[in-house]
This record gives sequence, structure tokens and C-alpha cells, in this order.
Amino acid sequence: MAEKILEIKNLTKKYGSQTILDGIDLSIDKGEVVVVVGPSGCGKSTLLRCINSLEDIDAGEIVHDGHKIGMVFQSYELFPHLSVLDNITLAPIKVQKRDKAEVKKQALELLKRVGLLDKADSYPRQLSGGQKQRVAIVRALCVEPEILLFDEVTAALDPEMVREVLDVMLDLAKQGRTMIIVTHEMQFAKAVADRVIFLDGGHIVEEGKPKEFFENPKTERAKKFLDVFSFDDYLKDGEGI
Amino acid sequence: MLDLGLEVLFKGSNMLRLLQGLWVAVKISLISIAVSMPLGVVVGSLMTVKNKFIKLILRIYLETIRIMPQLVLLFIVYFGSTRALGWNLSGEVASIIVFVLWGAAEMGDLVRGALISIPKHQYESSKALGLSKVQTYIYIIIPQTVRRLVPLSINLITRMIKTTSLVLMIGVVEMLKVAQQIIEANRMVSPNASFGVFLVVFILYFLVCWPISMLARHLEKRWV
Repeated sequence: MAEKILEIKNLTKKYGSQTILDGIDLSIDKGEVVVVVGPSGCGKSTLLRCINSLEDIDAGEIVHDGHKIGMVFQSYELFPHLSVLDNITLAPIKVQKRDKAEVKKQALELLKRVGLLDKADSYPRQLSGGQKQRVAIVRALCVEPEILLFDEVTAALDPEMVREVLDVMLDLAKQGRTMIIVTHEMQFAKAVADRVIFLDGGHIVEEGKPKEFFENPKTERAKKFLDVFSFDDYLKDGEGI
Repeated sequence: MLDLGLEVLFKGSNMLRLLQGLWVAVKISLISIAVSMPLGVVVGSLMTVKNKFIKLILRIYLETIRIMPQLVLLFIVYFGSTRALGWNLSGEVASIIVFVLWGAAEMGDLVRGALISIPKHQYESSKALGLSKVQTYIYIIIPQTVRRLVPLSINLITRMIKTTSLVLMIGVVEMLKVAQQIIEANRMVSPNASFGVFLVVFILYFLVCWPISMLARHLEKRWV
């Protein structure tokens, strides 16, 4: 039996009179990669933000037993006044009070791993979107979180830069990291997920193995949602329109 | 050669007097800047708080000061307030009061603008990395605010220096006033002196403000 690393019980979040998350129950095992999908406005991002306590919750609880959580955002949110290396090492040095030289070494190793070693002294404005996002991932990794949250991290990227970021995430999944990923990249979700969660209207409508979910969704809502991403109807005769 | 009447500047201690006049202007600016910049930071920070009452008061303050020409402010403080309140103000003190009121309002608005221009996500990603509120301000928000602020506030400083040319209207003998005196005194012997003397005034203002402007431009390039 895998070790439980995060447990969400009856999580409820409201904005004014609008209920965004309505009694979410979810537990995540160590090393598990959970992909959250759903129509926009379904509460996916809010769920991540609640887990990372960027939002106050209205009811329920989130138990992470002191496991550190790292988060990567859609729009990278690097600190523009700091170099790539300083972006990465700020929190480990200032918050975690770790040894400077050791942190720097770790940061450079991580940068090398994502192919950005030569950008260590660059500033965020000198990087492309995909490079920024890879730096943001390294920044999140360098505080050595036990759970990583990814909030639509490729949504703001040009298509040709999406892959380089997804590759980094696949690599992390292979390393056995615990990850919760919100994404619209369905092919990627299928490849990376241990479990897919379909969120709609603030509820978990369906969850299951990626193969099951994407090939045989059980609920009507999930079917409808997945149809949006498919052009099979047009491709039936093998030549499109 | 064109007669600019520049020789009047070499009569007696005229050039020295002109430079002393410049010093009066610079002194008023320096004191006003030194007082109004920190005040402006306070005003600007207060403008970003949620309290509606504080916001309203500061809004009224800012708009009043902005709408009013600086000369009117100088008159109100120097002529108006001394009458109405029965106190004694020297021209220089009145000038400093006006420049501080004005500088703090303008600086406040710059600080407010710089603070609200920091995206919410900067606070969030900082929090997500585990930085405390204080750490977020020290390492993330204030450095970014200062970078946006420095070029803008330097421009404000040059504006303040230039605007000191108004204080001759309330009897402060600064550079422009000295220039006028020199020209008046030599009206008969060097009727052309006004062009030359004001040209020198122009050059002196330029020499004070230009390096400051260049510094602003330099910092802007480096930081933006």
C-alpha cells in the first residue's frame, strides 16, 4: 500500500455566492502523478491554489502533514529583477537558510538537466516562454518540495515550445515525483498520468486510469468534454473535410 | 560680434551673486526633495490600503495640489496663510512648505503607481516558494518598486528644481531674481544684457538638471 502524502476532505471554496469547489475528496499517494482535467471555470486552478494555501478555504480540510509543496504557474512568474540563478536560489537561501554554495551547485545541476545551464546569468526578459517555464520548474524544484503543482503551465506558450516543457515534466514523473497537474494537453495527460480526475461544476465527476478515462469515459459529461478535443467525426472517411 | 552684454557678469561680484542665487534655488530644492521623498513613500503606501476614508482624503490632497498651479500655492502659503493665521514665514520657508506639499503628492502618486503595477502573481509565486510577507517585500516587491520608481522620481526632482524659478514671485532672491537685478542695474550701460544673462541662467539650470536627467535615463535603460 502506497504512502499517502496529501489528503483533501470535503474541500469547499466559494467566491461570494458562487461555489467553485463543492465538497472535494481526494487523496494522493507518494509518487503519484494526478492529472486534473475539466472545462474552463470548473475549479481546477482553484483546487491547486487551495492546496497551496494561496486561497482560503470555506470548509473541509487539506492534510499534507508538513510535506512541502511547490507550484508552477501558467505565466511563469519569475522575478524580473533577479537573474535566473538568483530566481532559483532565493527561497532555498533566504527561507530555508541552506548553504549558498550547495544551493548554487544544485541549481546549476537542475538547470543543466533542463538544458538551460548557459542561461544561469541571464535575466527572465532574455528568455523565451518555454525557457522561462523551465526555469520556473527548476525554481520550484530547488526548494525540494515533496508535492509539485502545475497550473496549466503550457497554456501561455507558443505551440512549438510546449513540448520542451512537457518533456521536463515527463522526466520528473519518471523520477517518481508526486505531481498534481492541471492541463489541457490531453495527449500529454494520457502519457504522464497515473490517475486522471475530471472536474466539472466543482465536483469530481469521474476519476480513473488514463487509458480508461480517455478511451471509455463512464459519464456523459466526461464524454462530452473529451469530444471537444476530438476531430474523429471529420476523419471517419480518412481524409478530413 | 553679437553683443550679448555678457560683460555685466564680470562686473563686481555679479557672477558670484548669480551662483549664490543658484545655490538658493538648489538649497530649496534639496531640502524639499529630502523631506518630500520619504513623505511621498508614506503617502503612496497609504494610497494602496483598503481603507476608503484614507484613500478619499489622500485623493483630495493629491488632486488639489495637482490642479493648482504652483504659483497659486506659493501665494496662498506666503501671502494667504500668513495673513489668515497671523504667523511669520520667510519666503524660503514658504517655498519649502509648498514644494514639500507638492513633492509629497507627486511622489505619493508615483509610489502608488509603482506599487500597484507589481502583478498579484509576484506576491503569489513568492508565497508559493515559502517566503514570508516581510521577505516578499524585502526581496521581491520593494526592489521592483524601487527600479520603477527611481527614474520617475529623478524626473520629479528636476521638475522641482526648475519650478524653484517661481519663488522669486514671493520675494526669494534666487538665481532668476539675481539675473533680473543684474539686468536692471545695467540697463543703461548694457541694454542687451538680458539675453546674455538669461542665457547664462539657462546654462546653469541645464548644468544642474542635465546630469540628473542622464542618470535617470541610464537607470531606466539598466533596469527596465
